[in-house]
Amino acid sequence: MPPQRSIAVAAELLGTLESRMPDKPELKPLALKLGGVSKVFGGVQALNAVSFDVQEGEIHCLSGENGCGKSTLIKIVTGVYSPAPGARIEIFGRRFDVMTPNLARSLGIEVIWQDLALFPHMTVAENIAFDELVGTRPRAVWIRGIHQRAEAVLARLGVSIDLNSSLNSLPIAQRQIVAIARALMGNAKLLFMDEPTSSLSQSETSRLLEVVRTLSRQGVAVVFVSHRLAEVLEISSRVTVLRDGKLVGVFPTAGMTQARLGELMTGARFEQGMSARDRSSSPAVLEVENLGRSGEFENVNLTIRAGEVVGMTGLIGAGRTELAHALIGMTRPEAGAVRLNGKRIRLRSIRDAIREGIAYVSEDRLGLGLVLKQSIADNTVIAVLDRILGKLGLLSPQRQLNLVDHWIGRLAVKIGHADHAILTLSGGNQQRVVLAKWLATNPKLLILDSPTVGVDVGARAGIFEIVRELADQGIAILLISDEVLEVLLNSDRILHIIDGRIAGEYDPRATSAEELEQRIYA
Amino acid sequence: MRLNSIESRLLVVLVLMIFGLSLASDQFLTLGNLTSLLNNNAVNLIWAVGLLVVLIAGGIDISFAVAASVVQYVAVFCFQALGGGNWLIGFIVCGGLGIVLGLVNAVLIHGFRIISIVITIATFNAYFGLLMFFSKGRFIYNLPDWWTDRIFIFEHQSATGTWSELNLAVAVMVVCVAATAFLIRHTNIGRQLYAFGDNPEGARRAGVNITVMQCVAFGWMGLMAGIAGLMQVNIVKEVVPNALYGRELDVLAAVVLGGARLGGGRGTVLGCILGVMFVAITQNGLNLLGVSPFAFQMIIGAAILIAISSSNVPVELKRFRWRGISPGSFRRADP
Repeated sequence: MPPQRSIAVAAELLGTLESRMPDKPELKPLALKLGGVSKVFGGVQALNAVSFDVQEGEIHCLSGENGCGKSTLIKIVTGVYSPAPGARIEIFGRRFDVMTPNLARSLGIEVIWQDLALFPHMTVAENIAFDELVGTRPRAVWIRGIHQRAEAVLARLGVSIDLNSSLNSLPIAQRQIVAIARALMGNAKLLFMDEPTSSLSQSETSRLLEVVRTLSRQGVAVVFVSHRLAEVLEISSRVTVLRDGKLVGVFPTAGMTQARLGELMTGARFEQGMSARDRSSSPAVLEVENLGRSGEFENVNLTIRAGEVVGMTGLIGAGRTELAHALIGMTRPEAGAVRLNGKRIRLRSIRDAIREGIAYVSEDRLGLGLVLKQSIADNTVIAVLDRILGKLGLLSPQRQLNLVDHWIGRLAVKIGHADHAILTLSGGNQQRVVLAKWLATNPKLLILDSPTVGVDVGARAGIFEIVRELADQGIAILLISDEVLEVLLNSDRILHIIDGRIAGEYDPRATSAEELEQRIYA
Repeated sequence: MRLNSIESRLLVVLVLMIFGLSLASDQFLTLGNLTSLLNNNAVNLIWAVGLLVVLIAGGIDISFAVAASVVQYVAVFCFQALGGGNWLIGFIVCGGLGIVLGLVNAVLIHGFRIISIVITIATFNAYFGLLMFFSKGRFIYNLPDWWTDRIFIFEHQSATGTWSELNLAVAVMVVCVAATAFLIRHTNIGRQLYAFGDNPEGARRAGVNITVMQCVAFGWMGLMAGIAGLMQVNIVKEVVPNALYGRELDVLAAVVLGGARLGGGRGTVLGCILGVMFVAITQNGLNLLGVSPFAFQMIIGAAILIAISSSNVPVELKRFRWRGISPGSFRRADP
């Protein structure tokens, strides 16, 4: 069932009401107070008279879909952009007419961007203390002093990381901590975190959230930007929702639900029902028998039938992605057999997999899924270049154009022009292009590995709409995700993988998200 | 220094080579041979530490050896105009000219946002072309006495009567190496150079002044190139326009062997020293063993391939080791 998209006027009204409610039992001093902030970029109103405030020591979430103005707001507070005239900016009670990056930093405002902006080959200590080193006046620095100060900051966060190890030897989660520590070295009192958990596993996320709470207890105000609504509700006391550059409202998180927050963010009501169907009578497309690869997965048995969406969930590192890599010929299984449409296949490369009709949408869209500097059109046809040849075996621009037009239209990708760089698209539309690329190969089996990472709520629904349509056309789909709700709502069967083994199979209609989460994170 | 770093591996290889050569040739481990090794490689090492700074900052310089030749020629005329000059004036003039030529690179690279390899290939050709055009390829032997007189900082006569000595270039080399080590390790400028080479965008956002970083990196390279040019004349007692042409690739090979990363952000002075020594000792050893000089080129090529590709090996080994353990060991540690 497709989600009913309707502008929920009621939700909007309710939103404004809630924001007006004078429910501030404890009035802490404000770290940040913005009023009437507007910003126009070349005719596009990125922010329209937005007000926003953060109390000292508060954990405040800033929510909204991609392009709603969150980043613009952060950049105005930190002085990267200047707002349109008429904006009021008060920081720790002081009014500022002009904000610059240096002024913001000296006031204790720090931003941790999603890409962290750290230095991979430098040591942890140097990364944490880097801002001390900046400046063009030469002076001597001694590692020992840097170490002591870095150590003190890490102690304040209650974590220990080897200060001498180089940053690129750490997992992403610890790099995130290093980025926080670095912000604290600058005596941050107001910290913005842009999507800090998007590449973390569940346990890493909870540790990061614990660090954020520690900061809050120490009086540091944290503004948290995240697409994961569950997390938003768990960590923050209030949430400010933006949509299309306008303030929807400021809401206390107590009593708020994920569904309600999703509605507020998108302005549409998502009543996505469960889509599970019984496909046990369809012919099997993929049959995997006792598949194993030492250190990655073992004794994996699974069947995916035509038109069936099989969800696979489990902790990050449980072997989900490794299994997918073996199914597409990126690695070779050491034991067991794989049959596609009843025929035994032995894949030696991804090209073999494409030829056999297996497509894989990687979890790392930016790194592996797309060639970021190339155009939308080039990204769409990259897997099927051998199928759009014209005379003399040269690429035929006309056939490329036909193919691109077909898929862009079918998947309703919103683009300016197919020649524009893929970078210009939003996460959701980029993911549609990745899907288009693989659908162009006419797959019988489509493996989707965490297809909604970095895709906002509204666009997720659109992607799953496509997934269901594809299933209805008879494509077998393996949906790998660590978002339990996503798997529950969109699969016909759910497999649970633990330490490289399939530990259980569930019928989505006979279980609930809570039950599944308990099993997975137990 | 970590045990698996390129530097420590190179050190092990060097020790093995020295051990092997001392057994294979009784001339290798003599004071005379070792001092001449140092004398012959002082100029290379001065260039190498200059190039190291550029590589750390994420750039590359092809033009420095030719720039050193340009400095030599212009310096000859400067000294004439200054009534002969002396060592102090020599260092100031050559260092200053070197810095100017380095800054030309920095300004072109930063001003036009063109990658350094393109700019320095261009300046390499331009400098060399101008030099050959104006010098008409003439050698200059008529040089001030102070410049060509040998100055020994160490002399020793062995029992058999052969002299071994270290000349001034070695002392200058030691100072240059120490100054570079201090710059990149113990100053805020040096650490910012590493950061800039490692993640330029991150450095820019942290407030690092990129213009200054490029000028420091290429200015330091220029300074080292100028000083190396000055010392090279002291050793060979003549100024030859194409004498240094082609030396840039030897130096680059040595620095890369020493673990400097072409993408920037990594490299040490120790690695640089070891890289230059490796190249020098290989050449010296093959000479002593009477092997064809062409073998030397092959060995340096092979050494670079092995050194660079082997730095990727330990990761693979770790993965193999992991396979032996249960799949659970892949999971990131739980709290």
